[in-house]
This record gives sequence, structure tokens and C-alpha cells, in this order.
Amino acid sequence: MKEIKVLGSGCAKCTKTAEVIEKIAQELNIAVHVIKETSPEVIMGYGVMTTPAVIVDEVNVHAGSIPHRDLIESWLLK
Amino acid sequence: MFEIFTQFATWLVVDVFGLSKATKLGDALHFFIEDTTKIFFLLLVMIYIIALLRASINVERVRDYLAGKNKGVGYVLGSGFGAITPFCSCSSIPVFLGFTSAGIPVGITMAFLITSPLINEVAVLLLLSLLGWKFTLLYVVIGMSVGILGGVFLDAIKAERWLQSFAAKALERGQQSAAITNSTASESLSLKQRHGFAKAETLEIFGRVWKWVIIGVGLGSALHGFVPDGWIENHLGDGQWWSVPSAVLLGIPLYSNATGVIPVMESLINKGLPIGTTLAFCMSTVAASFPEFILLKQVMQWRLLAVLFILLLVAFTLIGWIFNFISPYILS
Repeated sequence: MKEIKVLGSGCAKCTKTAEVIEKIAQELNIAVHVIKETSPEVIMGYGVMTTPAVIVDEVNVHAGSIPHRDLIESWLLK
Repeated sequence: MFEIFTQFATWLVVDVFGLSKATKLGDALHFFIEDTTKIFFLLLVMIYIIALLRASINVERVRDYLAGKNKGVGYVLGSGFGAITPFCSCSSIPVFLGFTSAGIPVGITMAFLITSPLINEVAVLLLLSLLGWKFTLLYVVIGMSVGILGGVFLDAIKAERWLQSFAAKALERGQQSAAITNSTASESLSLKQRHGFAKAETLEIFGRVWKWVIIGVGLGSALHGFVPDGWIENHLGDGQWWSVPSAVLLGIPLYSNATGVIPVMESLINKGLPIGTTLAFCMSTVAASFPEFILLKQVMQWRLLAVLFILLLVAFTLIGWIFNFISPYILS
């Protein structure tokens, strides 16, 4: 199962990002575990400066905006 | 070039709604329509053009550029980048930590963060169209000075002592090791990529600020139409010394961004509120807000927050006093 972390200190866009990822995963029937990570210390650990950021299996794949559908599908189907 | 918006507002208010501009309601409505149409038009056009130009600037590149810069230059650059780099205030904590863990001194990071809400392309644009270039220049110079001097002061008192411990450790690590250079190589963007960025940016910023424009212009129009002429001038027009700190204190619980507050500034100044008092009120509304301070609590101890808070209060009060004193000589 893929582990996906959404980094961001509770802004509206971060919540939205997590929701979108879960929704698309459900549509594609892929099991994912989406974690919302809000601790600044952890976010700093990934070297991320703009939120929401997305970490897929410990790799930083996106930062700074709600990701597009195509992009999310490409992470899930990888 | 802006007459078309005045004519449009007159047409709508007088011919369509059948109101006279001599009535309070007609006058306020005219002001509201003229300003919102003008501002919306300018925003769409100018954000697009500016975004085209700055498509390749982002916080990561700013960080890499600032890391290892000598301090004197660092404050000025930090504040300058704060003015031109796009970033949402919800990212201020990750940006703070990103800069800090790259070993950039707290003062330079704070010069960036203090200037950022005060000056941005939308604010400059609104100031230019509503209050003229002299006032705009003044505003930009003051905004940057607050950031630069604030940063110098924070480093002078060794503000890094009062960071939360994990942030302090990150700063120490960052300063020992050479600055991390994991930044993406500076790729040059094609015109098509720039257009894509600019289009997304325009829609994003416009989507975020349009309601602030309506609120700001709405308040401005209400002031314009319903506060009797001469009332503000008679009561506060002499720049009474206490009016400045009162304006700063009043601005703190009022939280707005620069977009919402500038149309209000226009009305206040037209009603005879002295420039210094207006500036103090507006800068305090924009730069000192409780939500922002609660966010910063995650990386700073109470002591540093208190220092920062008082620093901003004192700075805005001084700005108010100084400009009330000198404005008759420079803006007449």
C-alpha cells in the first residue's frame, strides 16, 4: 500500500489536497494511506518551503499548490 | 486613461439607477462602482504582466541566493525579495524554517517576512492608481525600511536565542554546514511556460483578492459617502500626537491584507486624515495580526513574539509621527 503524506499546517488548500488524493485513489481502486502532517518540525525535515506539499513513499513529489488530477493519477499508478 | 471608469460609474448610477450624485447614496455608489471596476481591470492586466516577468523567482531560489550572503547586503536583499516574491501567508512557517535551516540569520529571514505582506504587486498597483506615484514610492520605501531595520534590530538583540529549540538547532546546523544547494538548476523558461504560469497566477491571485477589494472599496465608499465632510479633518486633522498610537492599536485587531486596506486609505486621506496617521493605521492592519502571530508561535518563544509585536507597534507609531510632521513639505 502506498503511503502518501500531505504536508501543511492546516491551511484550507492542504485539507483539500488530502481529500482530492483520497477521492481519486478510491475511483481508481487503489489502496492508499493518506496522512496529514502538520508539525512544522516534520515539514522542515522534508526541506519543503511551500505548502501543501506531497510526499509519496518518502519522496517529495510536489509542493506549493493543490496538485492537478493528472499528476495525482501518475503518482498512484506508478 | 482612467476616465472611462468614472464615466461608466456615472452612466450606471445616474442613467440606469436614476440616482443623483448629490445624494449620499448616489455618491457612495458612484465611488464604489468606479473603484471596483478600475481595480478589477488593473488587477487582471497587471498581475498577468508581472507574473510573466517573475515566473522564474520562487522561495527556494531566494533561499539559495540569500544563504551565505554577507549581513549588510542580506537585510536589504531579504526585504527586497519579500516585496517581489509571491507567497501566501499560510506558508510563512515553512518559509521561515526553510530559510533558518539554510543558516540564514533570523534578522534576514524576518526582513523577508515583515516586508512581504506590506509590499506586493497588488498593493503597489492599487496605490499607484488610487493615490499617485509619490505616495506609492513613499509607501514602498517605508515598508522596506521597516523590514530592514526590524531585521537588523532582531539580530542585534540576538533574537535566535528565543526560537523554539528545534528551530534554533536547525539554524545552528545550517550555519555549520555549507548552505544546502539542492535547488533545481536555474532552468530558463519558454514563453509558453511563462504564459501558463502567469495565467494560473492571475486566476489564483484574483480569486483570492477580489472579495477583499469589494470589502475595502465598500468601506471606503461608506466613509466617502456617509462621514460628513470635515468631521475627520476637524477632529483628527492636526495630527494630534495621540491619534497615531491609537490608530496603530485600532489596526491590530482589524486584520486585512493590503488589497482591502488601500481603498480605505484613499477615503481616509481624502477626508483629511493626515498621511502619517493613515499610514500607521494601515500598516498595522496589514502587518501585525493575531492569526499571523499564533502561527509564528510554532517556531518562536513568547519572548521573541512579544519583542516582534512591540517592534512593529513602535515602528508604525514612529512612521506616523514622522510623516505627520514632514508630509506638508514633501507631498504638497
